[in-house]
Amino acid sequence: MTKRVGMEVSIAVAEAAKLARAEVIPAYPITPQTHIVEHLSEIIADGELDAEFVPVESEHAAMSCCVGAAAAGARVFTSSSSQGLSLMSEILYIPSTMRLPMVMAVVNRALSAPISIWNDHQDIMVQRDIGWIQTFAENGQEAVDLTLHAFRVAEMKSVHLPVAVNLDGFILSHVIEPIELPDQEDVDKYLPRFKPRYKLDPRKPISMGPVGIPEIYTEAKVAHDRAIKNSKKMIVKAWKEFAEIFGREYHPIESYRTEDADLLLVTMGSISETAMTAVDAMRDRGEKVGLVRIRLWRPFPGLEFRKAIGKAKILAVVDRCLPPGAVCGPVGAEIRSFLYKIPGAPKIFSFVAGLGGRDVTVERFEEMVDKARAYAKKRPRELYEVIGVREQ
Amino acid sequence: MERTEVCFIIPKVQETIKMKEVRLHGRGGQGGVTSAELVAIAAIAEGKYAQAFPSFGPERRGAPVAAFIRVSDDQIRTREKVYHPDIVVVLDPSLPALVNVAEGLREGGIVILNTEKSEEEIRKDFGLQCKLAMVDANTIAREELGLPITNTTMLGALLKATGIVSMEPLEHALEKRFGRIAPKNKAAMKRAFKETVVTG
Repeated sequence: MTKRVGMEVSIAVAEAAKLARAEVIPAYPITPQTHIVEHLSEIIADGELDAEFVPVESEHAAMSCCVGAAAAGARVFTSSSSQGLSLMSEILYIPSTMRLPMVMAVVNRALSAPISIWNDHQDIMVQRDIGWIQTFAENGQEAVDLTLHAFRVAEMKSVHLPVAVNLDGFILSHVIEPIELPDQEDVDKYLPRFKPRYKLDPRKPISMGPVGIPEIYTEAKVAHDRAIKNSKKMIVKAWKEFAEIFGREYHPIESYRTEDADLLLVTMGSISETAMTAVDAMRDRGEKVGLVRIRLWRPFPGLEFRKAIGKAKILAVVDRCLPPGAVCGPVGAEIRSFLYKIPGAPKIFSFVAGLGGRDVTVERFEEMVDKARAYAKKRPRELYEVIGVREQ
Repeated sequence: MERTEVCFIIPKVQETIKMKEVRLHGRGGQGGVTSAELVAIAAIAEGKYAQAFPSFGPERRGAPVAAFIRVSDDQIRTREKVYHPDIVVVLDPSLPALVNVAEGLREGGIVILNTEKSEEEIRKDFGLQCKLAMVDANTIAREELGLPITNTTMLGALLKATGIVSMEPLEHALEKRFGRIAPKNKAAMKRAFKETVVTG
Protein backbone atom coordinates (compact mmCIF):
# COMPACT_ATOMS: atom_id res chain seq x y z
CA MET A 1 0.00 0.00 0.00
CA THR A 2 1.49 3.32 -1.04
CA LYS A 3 1.38 6.31 1.26
CA ARG A 4 0.19 9.87 0.70
CA VAL A 5 3.04 12.31 1.12
CA GLY A 6 3.22 16.09 0.88
CA MET A 7 4.99 16.93 -2.34
CA GLU A 8 5.16 19.71 -4.90
CA VAL A 9 3.01 18.75 -7.86
CA SER A 10 5.79 19.54 -10.39
CA ILE A 11 8.13 17.15 -8.58
CA ALA A 12 5.39 14.52 -8.50
CA VAL A 13 4.87 14.80 -12.27
CA ALA A 14 8.63 14.45 -12.82
CA GLU A 15 8.59 11.39 -10.54
CA ALA A 16 5.74 9.97 -12.65
CA ALA A 17 7.91 10.31 -15.78
CA LYS A 18 10.66 8.54 -13.86
CA LEU A 19 8.30 5.73 -12.76
CA ALA A 20 7.27 5.43 -16.41
CA ARG A 21 10.96 4.89 -17.24
CA ALA A 22 11.08 7.65 -19.85
CA GLU A 23 14.17 7.15 -21.98
CA VAL A 24 14.69 10.46 -23.76
CA ILE A 25 13.74 13.84 -22.26
CA PRO A 26 14.51 16.83 -24.48
CA ALA A 27 13.39 19.97 -22.68
CA TYR A 28 13.86 23.70 -22.37
CA PRO A 29 12.93 25.43 -19.10
CA ILE A 30 10.09 27.96 -18.95
CA THR A 31 7.99 29.22 -16.04
CA PRO A 32 5.91 27.56 -14.60
CA GLN A 33 7.07 24.23 -16.06
CA THR A 34 10.67 24.65 -14.84
CA HIS A 35 10.55 22.48 -11.71
CA ILE A 36 9.46 19.43 -13.71
CA VAL A 37 12.43 19.44 -16.09
CA GLU A 38 14.85 20.65 -13.40
CA HIS A 39 13.96 17.67 -11.24
CA LEU A 40 14.24 15.24 -14.14
CA SER A 41 17.61 16.65 -15.11
CA GLU A 42 18.72 16.23 -11.48
CA ILE A 43 17.58 12.64 -11.07
CA ILE A 44 19.14 11.68 -14.39
CA ALA A 45 22.43 13.30 -13.33
CA ASP A 46 22.22 11.46 -9.99
CA GLY A 47 21.82 8.16 -11.83
CA GLU A 48 18.30 7.57 -10.46
CA LEU A 49 16.83 7.42 -13.95
CA ASP A 50 18.57 5.81 -16.91
CA ALA A 51 17.56 8.33 -19.55
CA GLU A 52 19.04 10.83 -21.95
CA PHE A 53 18.30 14.42 -20.91
CA VAL A 54 18.82 16.67 -23.92
CA PRO A 55 19.32 20.32 -22.87
CA VAL A 56 18.21 21.84 -26.16
CA GLU A 57 18.54 25.47 -27.24
CA SER A 58 14.81 26.16 -27.68
CA GLU A 59 11.39 24.56 -27.49
CA HIS A 60 11.39 24.24 -31.27
CA ALA A 61 14.50 22.07 -30.90
CA ALA A 62 12.98 20.24 -27.91
CA MET A 63 9.99 19.05 -29.93
CA SER A 64 12.18 18.28 -32.96
CA CYS A 65 14.35 16.14 -30.73
CA CYS A 66 11.26 14.42 -29.31
CA VAL A 67 10.18 13.54 -32.86
CA GLY A 68 13.58 12.05 -33.67
CA ALA A 69 13.80 10.07 -30.46
CA ALA A 70 10.25 8.72 -30.78
CA ALA A 71 10.92 7.77 -34.41
CA ALA A 72 13.92 5.77 -33.19
CA GLY A 73 11.60 3.91 -30.82
CA ALA A 74 12.38 5.60 -27.48
CA ARG A 75 9.88 6.39 -24.73
CA VAL A 76 9.85 10.19 -24.82
CA PHE A 77 8.75 12.81 -22.31
CA THR A 78 8.91 16.59 -22.35
CA SER A 79 7.17 19.53 -20.79
CA SER A 80 6.48 23.13 -21.73
CA SER A 81 4.30 26.18 -21.13
CA SER A 82 2.97 29.28 -22.83
CA GLN A 83 5.46 31.00 -25.18
CA GLY A 84 7.56 27.84 -25.15
CA LEU A 85 4.64 25.75 -26.33
CA SER A 86 3.98 28.35 -29.03
CA LEU A 87 7.58 28.10 -30.18
CA MET A 88 7.06 24.34 -30.56
CA SER A 89 3.97 24.89 -32.65
CA GLU A 90 5.56 24.23 -36.04
CA ILE A 91 6.70 20.79 -34.90
CA LEU A 92 3.69 19.81 -32.74
CA TYR A 93 1.61 18.76 -35.75
CA ILE A 94 4.31 16.40 -36.99
CA PRO A 95 4.47 13.57 -34.39
CA SER A 96 0.68 13.30 -34.35
CA THR A 97 0.13 12.71 -38.07
CA MET A 98 3.35 10.64 -38.13
CA ARG A 99 1.78 8.59 -35.32
CA LEU A 100 4.72 8.88 -32.94
CA PRO A 101 3.89 8.21 -29.26
CA MET A 102 5.26 10.68 -26.71
CA VAL A 103 4.03 12.44 -23.58
CA MET A 104 4.16 16.14 -22.81
CA ALA A 105 3.12 17.80 -19.56
CA VAL A 106 1.74 21.19 -20.52
CA VAL A 107 1.84 23.45 -17.48
CA ASN A 108 -0.78 25.91 -18.61
CA ARG A 109 0.05 29.59 -18.65
CA ALA A 110 -1.24 32.71 -20.40
CA LEU A 111 0.24 34.10 -23.63
CA SER A 112 1.80 37.51 -24.17
CA ALA A 113 0.98 40.40 -24.54
CA PRO A 114 0.91 41.69 -21.87
CA ILE A 115 3.57 39.39 -20.45
CA SER A 116 1.99 37.03 -17.94
CA ILE A 117 3.55 34.04 -16.24
CA TRP A 118 0.23 33.15 -14.62
CA ASN A 119 -2.32 30.49 -15.33
CA ASP A 120 -5.03 30.17 -17.94
CA HIS A 121 -5.60 27.84 -20.92
CA GLN A 122 -4.68 30.09 -23.83
CA ASP A 123 -1.39 28.30 -24.49
CA ILE A 124 -2.98 24.91 -25.14
CA MET A 125 -6.07 26.30 -26.86
CA VAL A 126 -3.82 27.85 -29.50
CA GLN A 127 -2.60 24.28 -30.03
CA ARG A 128 -6.09 22.77 -29.90
CA ASP A 129 -5.86 21.24 -33.37
CA ILE A 130 -2.38 19.67 -33.22
CA GLY A 131 -3.98 16.23 -33.28
CA TRP A 132 -2.62 15.11 -29.92
CA ILE A 133 -4.75 13.38 -27.33
CA GLN A 134 -5.33 16.05 -24.65
CA THR A 135 -6.36 15.61 -21.02
CA PHE A 136 -6.79 18.14 -18.17
CA ALA A 137 -5.91 17.43 -14.53
CA GLU A 138 -7.96 18.70 -11.63
CA ASN A 139 -5.37 18.20 -8.87
CA GLY A 140 -1.84 16.97 -8.29
CA GLN A 141 -2.75 13.32 -7.91
CA GLU A 142 -4.60 13.44 -11.18
CA ALA A 143 -1.62 15.11 -12.89
CA VAL A 144 0.52 12.14 -11.79
CA ASP A 145 -2.08 9.55 -12.78
CA LEU A 146 -2.80 11.16 -16.14
CA THR A 147 0.93 11.22 -16.91
CA LEU A 148 1.18 7.46 -16.37
CA HIS A 149 -2.05 6.93 -18.31
CA ALA A 150 -0.69 9.10 -21.13
CA PHE A 151 2.28 6.76 -21.67
CA ARG A 152 -0.02 3.72 -21.66
CA VAL A 153 -2.43 5.21 -24.19
CA ALA A 154 0.21 6.75 -26.46
CA GLU A 155 1.96 3.41 -26.92
CA MET A 156 -1.12 1.23 -27.47
CA LYS A 157 -0.75 -0.42 -30.86
CA SER A 158 -4.03 0.90 -32.24
CA VAL A 159 -3.40 4.40 -30.89
CA HIS A 160 0.25 5.36 -31.50
CA LEU A 161 -0.32 9.07 -30.88
CA PRO A 162 1.29 11.77 -28.73
CA VAL A 163 -0.54 12.81 -25.55
CA ALA A 164 -0.55 16.21 -23.82
CA VAL A 165 -1.40 16.21 -20.12
CA ASN A 166 -2.52 19.69 -19.05
CA LEU A 167 -2.04 20.94 -15.51
CA ASP A 168 -2.65 24.49 -14.36
CA GLY A 169 0.48 26.57 -13.87
CA PHE A 170 1.21 27.61 -10.27
CA ILE A 171 -2.33 26.72 -9.08
CA LEU A 172 -1.31 23.07 -9.43
CA SER A 173 2.35 23.03 -10.43
CA HIS A 174 3.70 24.98 -7.44
CA VAL A 175 1.47 23.62 -4.68
CA ILE A 176 2.56 21.13 -2.04
CA GLU A 177 -0.30 18.70 -1.56
CA PRO A 178 -0.93 15.03 -0.74
CA ILE A 179 0.35 12.75 -3.48
CA GLU A 180 0.31 8.99 -3.63
CA LEU A 181 3.16 7.88 -5.88
CA PRO A 182 2.60 4.32 -7.06
CA ASP A 183 5.15 1.53 -6.62
CA GLN A 184 7.61 0.92 -9.44
CA GLU A 185 6.47 -2.69 -9.65
CA ASP A 186 2.86 -1.69 -10.31
CA VAL A 187 3.88 0.93 -12.87
CA ASP A 188 6.01 -1.66 -14.67
CA LYS A 189 2.95 -3.90 -14.79
CA TYR A 190 0.85 -1.06 -16.21
CA LEU A 191 3.51 0.12 -18.64
CA PRO A 192 5.29 -2.76 -20.30
CA ARG A 193 8.38 -1.99 -22.37
CA PHE A 194 7.56 0.15 -25.39
CA LYS A 195 7.50 -1.87 -28.59
CA PRO A 196 6.82 0.55 -31.46
CA ARG A 197 4.94 -0.72 -34.50
CA TYR A 198 7.65 0.78 -36.65
CA LYS A 199 10.85 2.67 -35.98
CA LEU A 200 13.91 4.04 -37.70
CA ASP A 201 16.31 1.15 -37.82
CA PRO A 202 19.27 0.85 -40.24
CA ARG A 203 18.69 -2.90 -40.46
CA LYS A 204 15.12 -2.40 -41.66
CA PRO A 205 15.13 0.99 -43.37
CA ILE A 206 11.83 2.86 -43.75
CA SER A 207 10.96 6.46 -44.63
CA MET A 208 9.03 8.62 -42.19
CA GLY A 209 7.36 11.92 -42.88
CA PRO A 210 7.82 12.17 -46.66
CA VAL A 211 6.08 14.73 -48.87
CA GLY A 212 2.30 14.34 -49.00
CA ILE A 213 1.42 15.06 -52.59
CA PRO A 214 -2.20 16.07 -53.26
CA GLU A 215 -3.02 12.45 -54.10
CA ILE A 216 -2.27 11.27 -50.55
CA TYR A 217 -2.32 14.33 -48.22
CA THR A 218 -6.09 14.14 -47.61
CA GLU A 219 -5.87 10.41 -46.89
CA ALA A 220 -3.03 10.94 -44.41
CA LYS A 221 -5.06 13.59 -42.57
CA VAL A 222 -8.21 11.45 -42.60
CA ALA A 223 -6.22 8.51 -41.24
CA HIS A 224 -5.01 10.72 -38.39
CA ASP A 225 -8.52 11.99 -37.68
CA ARG A 226 -9.88 8.44 -37.60
CA ALA A 227 -7.04 7.29 -35.38
CA ILE A 228 -7.67 9.95 -32.73
CA LYS A 229 -11.45 9.42 -32.87
CA ASN A 230 -10.96 5.67 -32.48
CA SER A 231 -8.50 6.22 -29.63
CA LYS A 232 -11.33 7.10 -27.24
CA LYS A 233 -12.21 3.50 -26.46
CA MET A 234 -8.53 2.72 -25.83
CA ILE A 235 -8.23 5.80 -23.59
CA VAL A 236 -11.16 4.47 -21.55
CA LYS A 237 -9.65 0.98 -21.56
CA ALA A 238 -6.36 2.34 -20.25
CA TRP A 239 -8.23 4.11 -17.42
CA LYS A 240 -9.98 0.81 -16.56
CA GLU A 241 -6.62 -0.95 -16.41
CA PHE A 242 -5.33 1.91 -14.28
CA ALA A 243 -8.20 1.50 -11.81
CA GLU A 244 -7.54 -2.23 -11.55
CA ILE A 245 -3.90 -1.71 -10.65
CA PHE A 246 -3.90 1.58 -8.75
CA GLY A 247 -7.48 1.79 -7.47
CA ARG A 248 -8.29 5.26 -8.76
CA GLU A 249 -11.02 5.58 -11.38
CA TYR A 250 -11.06 8.08 -14.21
CA HIS A 251 -13.55 8.79 -16.99
CA PRO A 252 -13.57 11.12 -20.01
CA ILE A 253 -16.25 13.25 -18.31
CA GLU A 254 -16.94 13.56 -14.59
CA SER A 255 -20.23 14.58 -13.03
CA TYR A 256 -20.75 16.16 -9.62
CA ARG A 257 -24.21 16.43 -8.06
CA THR A 258 -25.85 16.47 -11.47
CA GLU A 259 -28.84 14.39 -10.35
CA ASP A 260 -32.05 16.45 -10.82
CA ALA A 261 -29.94 19.54 -11.63
CA ASP A 262 -31.55 22.01 -14.01
CA LEU A 263 -28.34 24.03 -14.40
CA LEU A 264 -24.85 22.65 -14.89
CA LEU A 265 -21.50 24.36 -14.75
CA VAL A 266 -19.03 22.95 -17.29
CA THR A 267 -15.32 23.26 -16.45
CA MET A 268 -11.86 21.92 -17.26
CA GLY A 269 -8.81 21.72 -14.99
CA SER A 270 -8.19 22.84 -11.43
CA ILE A 271 -11.03 25.38 -11.16
CA SER A 272 -13.30 22.34 -11.00
CA GLU A 273 -12.40 21.82 -7.33
CA THR A 274 -13.53 25.32 -6.40
CA ALA A 275 -16.58 24.78 -8.64
CA MET A 276 -17.55 21.72 -6.57
CA THR A 277 -17.37 23.81 -3.40
CA ALA A 278 -19.57 26.41 -5.13
CA VAL A 279 -22.06 23.69 -6.13
CA ASP A 280 -22.19 22.48 -2.51
CA ALA A 281 -22.91 26.02 -1.29
CA MET A 282 -25.66 26.54 -3.86
CA ARG A 283 -27.18 23.10 -3.20
CA ASP A 284 -27.30 24.02 0.51
CA ARG A 285 -29.48 26.95 -0.50
CA GLY A 286 -31.77 24.64 -2.46
CA GLU A 287 -30.52 25.49 -5.94
CA LYS A 288 -30.54 22.58 -8.37
CA VAL A 289 -27.00 23.08 -9.65
CA GLY A 290 -24.39 20.52 -10.65
CA LEU A 291 -21.00 20.31 -12.32
CA VAL A 292 -19.77 18.53 -15.42
CA ARG A 293 -16.03 18.40 -15.86
CA ILE A 294 -14.25 17.63 -19.10
CA ARG A 295 -11.13 15.54 -18.43
CA LEU A 296 -10.66 14.31 -22.01
CA TRP A 297 -10.66 17.29 -24.38
CA ARG A 298 -9.25 15.60 -27.50
CA PRO A 299 -10.81 13.45 -28.80
CA PHE A 300 -13.93 15.26 -27.59
CA PRO A 301 -16.04 12.64 -25.80
CA GLY A 302 -19.42 13.74 -27.19
CA LEU A 303 -21.49 10.72 -26.19
CA GLU A 304 -20.21 10.78 -22.62
CA PHE A 305 -20.81 14.53 -22.43
CA ARG A 306 -24.37 14.20 -23.66
CA LYS A 307 -25.02 11.46 -21.12
CA ALA A 308 -23.52 13.55 -18.33
CA ILE A 309 -25.70 16.61 -18.96
CA GLY A 310 -28.84 14.46 -18.72
CA LYS A 311 -31.99 16.58 -18.75
CA ALA A 312 -30.37 19.83 -17.58
CA LYS A 313 -32.01 22.91 -19.09
CA ILE A 314 -29.10 25.35 -18.83
CA LEU A 315 -25.33 24.96 -19.25
CA ALA A 316 -22.88 27.59 -17.99
CA VAL A 317 -19.66 26.74 -19.81
CA VAL A 318 -16.44 28.21 -18.42
CA ASP A 319 -13.52 28.93 -20.75
CA ARG A 320 -10.05 29.95 -19.53
CA CYS A 321 -9.27 31.45 -22.90
CA LEU A 322 -10.53 34.48 -24.83
CA PRO A 323 -10.06 34.20 -28.60
CA PRO A 324 -10.56 37.78 -29.78
CA GLY A 325 -13.27 38.18 -32.37
CA ALA A 326 -14.51 34.60 -32.09
CA VAL A 327 -18.09 33.50 -31.45
CA CYS A 328 -17.09 32.48 -27.91
CA GLY A 329 -14.37 30.55 -26.03
CA PRO A 330 -13.25 27.22 -27.54
CA VAL A 331 -14.99 24.99 -24.97
CA GLY A 332 -18.23 26.96 -25.32
CA ALA A 333 -17.98 26.78 -29.11
CA GLU A 334 -17.31 23.04 -29.03
CA ILE A 335 -20.34 22.34 -26.87
CA ARG A 336 -22.63 24.69 -28.80
CA SER A 337 -21.59 23.02 -32.00
CA PHE A 338 -21.96 19.52 -30.56
CA LEU A 339 -25.45 20.12 -29.18
CA TYR A 340 -26.76 22.18 -32.11
CA LYS A 341 -30.21 21.04 -33.15
CA ILE A 342 -30.19 18.06 -30.83
CA PRO A 343 -33.82 17.83 -29.66
CA GLY A 344 -34.22 18.97 -26.05
CA ALA A 345 -30.69 20.42 -25.93
CA PRO A 346 -30.09 22.84 -23.06
CA LYS A 347 -29.55 26.57 -23.44
CA ILE A 348 -25.83 27.23 -23.46
CA PHE A 349 -24.14 30.31 -21.99
CA SER A 350 -20.45 30.81 -22.45
CA PHE A 351 -18.31 32.51 -19.82
CA VAL A 352 -14.64 33.41 -19.83
CA ALA A 353 -12.94 33.51 -16.44
CA GLY A 354 -9.55 33.21 -14.80
CA LEU A 355 -7.37 34.81 -17.48
CA GLY A 356 -3.70 35.37 -16.67
CA GLY A 357 -3.93 34.23 -13.06
CA ARG A 358 -7.18 36.03 -12.08
CA ASP A 359 -8.66 33.98 -9.25
CA VAL A 360 -11.88 32.09 -9.99
CA THR A 361 -13.62 32.05 -6.61
CA VAL A 362 -16.79 30.42 -5.32
CA GLU A 363 -18.48 33.81 -5.69
CA ARG A 364 -17.52 33.93 -9.38
CA PHE A 365 -19.18 30.56 -9.99
CA GLU A 366 -22.29 31.77 -8.18
CA GLU A 367 -22.27 34.87 -10.38
CA MET A 368 -22.09 32.70 -13.53
CA VAL A 369 -24.97 30.55 -12.32
CA ASP A 370 -27.12 33.62 -11.55
CA LYS A 371 -26.32 35.18 -14.91
CA ALA A 372 -27.01 31.97 -16.82
CA ARG A 373 -30.43 31.75 -15.15
CA ALA A 374 -31.20 35.37 -16.02
CA TYR A 375 -30.03 34.92 -19.62
CA ALA A 376 -32.22 31.83 -19.98
CA LYS A 377 -35.20 34.14 -19.40
CA LYS A 378 -33.91 37.09 -21.41
CA ARG A 379 -31.45 36.37 -24.19
CA PRO A 380 -28.20 38.32 -23.76
CA ARG A 381 -26.82 40.56 -26.51
CA GLU A 382 -23.46 38.79 -26.65
CA LEU A 383 -22.78 35.08 -27.08
CA TYR A 384 -20.26 35.08 -24.21
CA GLU A 385 -19.35 37.14 -21.19
CA VAL A 386 -16.02 37.73 -19.50
CA ILE A 387 -16.46 37.41 -15.75
CA GLY A 388 -14.94 39.84 -13.26
CA VAL A 389 -13.78 42.57 -15.63
CA ARG A 390 -12.95 45.81 -13.83
CA GLU A 391 -14.60 48.51 -15.98
CA GLN A 392 -13.28 52.08 -15.76
CA MET B 1 2.35 55.89 8.00
CA GLU B 2 -1.37 55.99 8.51
CA ARG B 3 -2.86 52.62 9.29
CA THR B 4 -6.26 51.37 8.34
CA GLU B 5 -8.40 49.89 11.07
CA VAL B 6 -8.44 46.12 11.01
CA CYS B 7 -11.83 44.88 9.93
CA PHE B 8 -13.17 41.38 10.25
CA ILE B 9 -15.01 39.97 7.28
CA ILE B 10 -16.79 36.68 7.71
CA PRO B 11 -16.85 34.90 4.40
CA LYS B 12 -20.03 33.16 3.36
CA VAL B 13 -18.86 29.79 2.26
CA GLN B 14 -16.10 28.33 4.31
CA GLU B 15 -17.54 28.86 7.78
CA THR B 16 -18.74 25.31 8.00
CA ILE B 17 -15.53 23.73 6.71
CA LYS B 18 -13.15 22.40 9.32
CA MET B 19 -10.20 23.95 7.58
CA LYS B 20 -7.53 26.30 8.88
CA GLU B 21 -5.94 28.82 6.57
CA VAL B 22 -2.58 30.40 7.31
CA ARG B 23 -0.78 33.35 5.75
CA LEU B 24 2.94 33.81 6.35
CA HIS B 25 4.52 37.22 5.87
CA GLY B 26 8.24 37.40 5.35
CA ARG B 27 10.85 39.00 3.19
CA GLY B 28 12.16 37.31 0.05
CA GLY B 29 14.95 34.95 1.11
CA GLN B 30 13.81 34.50 4.72
CA GLY B 31 12.36 31.07 4.06
CA GLY B 32 8.65 31.75 4.44
CA VAL B 33 7.82 29.46 1.53
CA THR B 34 9.97 26.69 3.06
CA SER B 35 8.12 27.07 6.38
CA ALA B 36 4.78 26.77 4.63
CA GLU B 37 5.96 23.66 2.79
CA LEU B 38 7.24 22.02 5.98
CA VAL B 39 3.94 22.53 7.79
CA ALA B 40 1.98 21.05 4.88
CA ILE B 41 4.35 18.08 4.58
CA ALA B 42 4.09 17.44 8.34
CA ALA B 43 0.29 17.74 8.35
CA ILE B 44 -0.01 15.30 5.45
CA ALA B 45 2.41 12.92 7.19
CA GLU B 46 0.06 12.81 10.18
CA GLY B 47 -2.88 11.90 7.97
CA LYS B 48 -4.40 15.33 7.40
CA TYR B 49 -4.96 17.11 4.11
CA ALA B 50 -2.94 20.22 3.35
CA GLN B 51 -1.85 22.65 0.68
CA ALA B 52 1.13 25.01 0.75
CA PHE B 53 1.84 27.58 -1.91
CA PRO B 54 3.77 30.79 -2.46
CA SER B 55 2.21 34.03 -3.68
CA PHE B 56 2.61 33.05 -7.31
CA GLY B 57 5.03 35.10 -9.31
CA PRO B 58 8.49 36.59 -9.18
CA GLU B 59 9.78 37.27 -5.67
CA ARG B 60 12.69 39.56 -4.86
CA ARG B 61 15.16 39.09 -2.05
CA GLY B 62 14.30 41.45 0.79
CA ALA B 63 10.90 42.52 -0.53
CA PRO B 64 7.76 41.71 1.51
CA VAL B 65 6.39 38.34 0.36
CA ALA B 66 3.67 35.95 1.51
CA ALA B 67 3.13 32.20 1.54
CA PHE B 68 0.01 30.23 2.36
CA ILE B 69 -1.05 26.99 4.05
CA ARG B 70 -4.35 25.17 4.30
CA VAL B 71 -4.76 22.29 6.74
CA SER B 72 -7.92 20.23 7.04
CA ASP B 73 -9.17 16.90 8.35
CA ASP B 74 -11.09 16.43 5.11
CA GLN B 75 -10.04 16.63 1.49
CA ILE B 76 -9.47 20.25 0.50
CA ARG B 77 -11.56 21.22 -2.49
CA THR B 78 -10.64 24.76 -3.32
CA ARG B 79 -7.99 26.42 -5.45
CA GLU B 80 -8.87 29.95 -4.36
CA LYS B 81 -6.20 32.19 -2.93
CA VAL B 82 -6.31 32.64 0.84
CA TYR B 83 -8.37 35.78 1.53
CA HIS B 84 -9.46 35.14 5.12
CA PRO B 85 -6.72 33.44 7.12
CA ASP B 86 -7.41 32.03 10.57
CA ILE B 87 -3.74 32.41 11.40
CA VAL B 88 -1.11 34.93 10.31
CA VAL B 89 2.60 34.37 10.95
CA VAL B 90 4.99 37.32 10.61
CA LEU B 91 8.64 36.32 10.24
CA ASP B 92 10.16 39.80 10.23
CA PRO B 93 9.70 42.41 13.00
CA SER B 94 9.74 45.28 10.50
CA LEU B 95 6.77 44.05 8.46
CA PRO B 96 3.76 45.05 10.61
CA ALA B 97 4.72 48.69 10.05
CA LEU B 98 4.71 48.20 6.26
CA VAL B 99 2.01 45.62 5.58
CA ASN B 100 -1.45 45.25 7.11
CA VAL B 101 -0.67 41.83 8.54
CA ALA B 102 -4.22 41.39 9.86
CA GLU B 103 -5.87 42.02 6.48
CA GLY B 104 -8.87 39.75 6.01
CA LEU B 105 -8.21 37.95 9.30
CA ARG B 106 -11.17 35.80 10.25
CA GLU B 107 -13.02 36.64 13.45
CA GLY B 108 -11.29 34.89 16.35
CA GLY B 109 -8.13 34.65 14.28
CA ILE B 110 -4.61 35.08 15.61
CA VAL B 111 -1.52 37.01 14.49
CA ILE B 112 1.81 35.46 15.49
CA LEU B 113 4.65 37.96 15.57
CA ASN B 114 8.41 37.89 15.73
CA THR B 115 8.95 40.87 18.02
CA GLU B 116 10.84 42.30 20.99
CA LYS B 117 7.91 44.57 21.83
CA SER B 118 5.37 44.13 24.58
CA GLU B 119 1.74 43.35 23.83
CA GLU B 120 0.79 46.92 24.79
CA GLU B 121 3.34 48.41 22.38
CA ILE B 122 2.22 46.15 19.55
CA ARG B 123 -1.44 47.04 20.00
CA LYS B 124 -0.56 50.73 20.13
CA ASP B 125 1.98 50.80 17.28
CA PHE B 126 0.24 48.49 14.82
CA GLY B 127 -3.42 48.87 15.78
CA LEU B 128 -3.89 45.13 16.15
CA GLN B 129 -7.01 44.20 18.13
CA CYS B 130 -7.01 40.47 17.52
CA LYS B 131 -5.55 37.61 19.54
CA LEU B 132 -1.75 37.73 19.46
CA ALA B 133 1.20 35.42 19.98
CA MET B 134 4.67 36.89 20.39
CA VAL B 135 8.20 35.62 20.45
CA ASP B 136 11.61 37.25 20.04
CA ALA B 137 12.57 34.95 17.17
CA ASN B 138 15.50 37.08 16.01
CA THR B 139 17.31 36.55 19.33
CA ILE B 140 16.50 32.82 19.37
CA ALA B 141 17.62 32.34 15.76
CA ARG B 142 20.82 34.30 16.32
CA GLU B 143 21.68 32.24 19.40
CA GLU B 144 20.60 28.82 18.13
CA LEU B 145 21.46 29.08 14.43
CA GLY B 146 23.97 31.91 14.41
CA LEU B 147 21.81 33.72 11.83
CA PRO B 148 18.70 35.89 12.15
CA ILE B 149 16.76 33.58 9.77
CA THR B 150 13.53 33.01 11.63
CA ASN B 151 11.46 30.71 9.43
CA THR B 152 12.01 27.52 11.43
CA THR B 153 12.05 29.39 14.74
CA MET B 154 8.61 30.84 14.00
CA LEU B 155 7.28 27.33 13.36
CA GLY B 156 7.71 26.76 17.11
CA ALA B 157 5.54 29.80 17.77
CA LEU B 158 2.94 28.60 15.25
CA LEU B 159 2.75 25.22 16.99
CA LYS B 160 2.47 26.74 20.46
CA ALA B 161 -0.24 29.21 19.45
CA THR B 162 -2.37 26.98 17.23
CA GLY B 163 -1.51 23.28 17.39
CA ILE B 164 -2.19 23.17 13.64
CA VAL B 165 0.30 20.32 13.33
CA SER B 166 2.16 18.13 15.83
CA MET B 167 5.80 18.59 16.78
CA GLU B 168 6.97 15.12 15.78
CA PRO B 169 6.06 15.08 12.07
CA LEU B 170 7.35 18.64 11.81
CA GLU B 171 10.68 17.53 13.25
CA HIS B 172 10.82 14.74 10.65
CA ALA B 173 10.07 17.23 7.89
CA LEU B 174 12.87 19.51 9.16
CA GLU B 175 15.32 16.60 9.30
CA LYS B 176 14.52 15.64 5.73
CA ARG B 177 14.80 19.21 4.44
CA PHE B 178 17.84 20.43 6.37
CA GLY B 179 19.94 17.30 6.92
CA ARG B 180 23.15 18.33 8.69
CA ILE B 181 21.78 21.65 9.98
CA ALA B 182 18.46 20.15 11.09
CA PRO B 183 19.42 19.84 14.80
CA LYS B 184 20.03 23.59 15.14
CA ASN B 185 16.76 24.39 13.42
CA LYS B 186 14.91 21.94 15.64
CA ALA B 187 16.49 23.50 18.73
CA ALA B 188 15.40 26.99 17.59
CA MET B 189 11.89 25.74 16.90
CA LYS B 190 11.59 24.05 20.30
CA ARG B 191 12.95 27.05 22.16
CA ALA B 192 10.45 29.32 20.38
CA PHE B 193 7.72 26.86 21.34
CA LYS B 194 8.68 27.38 25.00
CA GLU B 195 9.15 31.14 24.84
CA THR B 196 6.10 32.12 22.80
CA VAL B 197 3.55 34.15 24.75
CA VAL B 198 -0.08 33.87 23.67
CA THR B 199 -2.49 36.65 24.69
CA GLY B 200 -6.04 36.01 25.76
